Amino acid sequence: MAVLTAEEQREIQEEIARSGHWGAASIEALKIVQRHRGWVSDELLRDTAEMLQMTPDELDNVATFFSLIFRRPVGRHVILLCDSVSCWVMGYNKVREHLSARLGIGPGETTADGLFTLLPVACLGACERAPAMMIDGKLYGDLTSDQIDYILATYREDEA
Amino acid sequence: MERPLTEGMRPDGEPLSLKEYEGLGGYEGLRKALAQRTPEAVLEEVKSANLLGRGGAGFPAGVKWGYVPSVEDVPRPRYVAVNGDEMEPGTFKDRYLMERNPHQLIEGTMLCAYAVCADLAYIFVRLEYGKAARALEKAIAEAREAGYLGRRILGTDFDLELRPHVSAGRYMCGEALALLNVIEGRRAIPRVKPPHPTLSGLWGRPTLVNNVETICNVPHIVRKGAAWFNGLSLTPGDGGTKLYGASGRVKRPGLWELPMGTPLREILEEHAGGMQDGYRLRGLLPGGASTEFITDQHLDVKMDFSALQRVGSRLGTGTIVVLDDKTCPVGMVYSLEAFFARESCGWCTPCRDGLPWTAQTIWAIEQGAGRDGDLERLEAQVRFLGPGFTFCFLAPGAMEPIRGALRWFRPDFEAHIREKRCPWR
Repeated sequence: MAVLTAEEQREIQEEIARSGHWGAASIEALKIVQRHRGWVSDELLRDTAEMLQMTPDELDNVATFFSLIFRRPVGRHVILLCDSVSCWVMGYNKVREHLSARLGIGPGETTADGLFTLLPVACLGACERAPAMMIDGKLYGDLTSDQIDYILATYREDEA
Repeated sequence: MERPLTEGMRPDGEPLSLKEYEGLGGYEGLRKALAQRTPEAVLEEVKSANLLGRGGAGFPAGVKWGYVPSVEDVPRPRYVAVNGDEMEPGTFKDRYLMERNPHQLIEGTMLCAYAVCADLAYIFVRLEYGKAARALEKAIAEAREAGYLGRRILGTDFDLELRPHVSAGRYMCGEALALLNVIEGRRAIPRVKPPHPTLSGLWGRPTLVNNVETICNVPHIVRKGAAWFNGLSLTPGDGGTKLYGASGRVKRPGLWELPMGTPLREILEEHAGGMQDGYRLRGLLPGGASTEFITDQHLDVKMDFSALQRVGSRLGTGTIVVLDDKTCPVGMVYSLEAFFARESCGWCTPCRDGLPWTAQTIWAIEQGAGRDGDLERLEAQVRFLGPGFTFCFLAPGAMEPIRGALRWFRPDFEAHIREKRCPWR
């Protein structure tokens, strides 16, 4: 147990006790690691698997299935851009092109300064405010190019 | 007009507190059930209410509850799992219910657990619905504090624990059997049926899976009775109100609680305000991505489970996605199929291999690279990915919008192939 911090181990242990079944805490444990580290490295996966009494492969089998468990580093802010049907009808392509141009990255990529990762996701359930995106859990709807510029600027200012 | 599901919700979108919910008659159904009703009587009330499953399939909830074996035959532990993994493109009704009135969902879950003698209930929420998950967690703490959850609830011998399960992304998690795998900490792949999960679900124990909107109706049914609930609807045998929604180029996209069976025209014209200026209606998906397109000639159809089936579509989730005359139907269908291809869990071959193939064929047509015979190949896919060839409903659901599009917008597909370009670009 070289890599997980005491705090992370405590949180994972709590979740294992609460779940009451072998392996049932796996997704929650991965989310705990990700909450602290931003993503789940091979070393952290190995430690977490040991706590869950799973092999690393068994846990990776779970981790790689879920689209919001990150097995590669992501930027400080993860932009989830809805690419499903209502947003598509309401201008997803324009929003994606604008975001890509402003950030200088394509879908699935991270900006060179490590600030943003852009990920297309399934319907965010904000169809009445399409097109929509989510940054770090905060929902933004009725997106226009101007609004996107404004939103990105607020995240950049927070870092400065 | 009565709107039991959304009555009293706060205009600022914040969740109702326990006090506010009790002020609206909240937990009266639970008190009434625990004091005066046996579990069997609650089940009978839900059966008589003709509450059809709001997740999209429209199966009678009371009948499904009745499949759970008696507690004498199969002792505890027994589970209830509420499906709040709303990810059907175009659908945003369960988010609304969970964010704005979490106690209604908690009370419904408790009544369901009481009726089927379950002792642990999970509420499954997708990761992107953080606001809903926080509202639920706070409401569960309030309910526990007030003695509604835990051991010996309201002084009776009814015990229930309730746990939110926040997922980590993937449409497949909303498939009832895949959802059980995720709660057990596994990949979201479907399970073989039979046995039905009501007999052998979570950890091999009886487990009842219901949609959020379905469960939110239950407190009102128990409090006011099945006859009242049937009276809310315009369609006999399909009780209650329904949360209808509309998105796309309508004037006022949104969500409205209306009698089950409200005509499509009324929803689109009165509630959604009609089409935006400069746009005409060409077609629509009546209830999310897995339903067949219908067109402007179907505007007088009643939005209920049976009437939509009669015109070759389905009510699904009841949230309408509108296709306008300035949007390419082939592009729209590609957006739908790209979603399904990406979200396939990969467990069975027709879905894993067939969906990307289908999506690529449509993409080629949209890009002007379609060939003669592509539409016939798509029609063959619609058959081979249809019911009976796959483990779960993901692929058959994915075929519904293609079938509808080929039926109503075939000249648009043909124009793409003939002109070797998208006429909308």
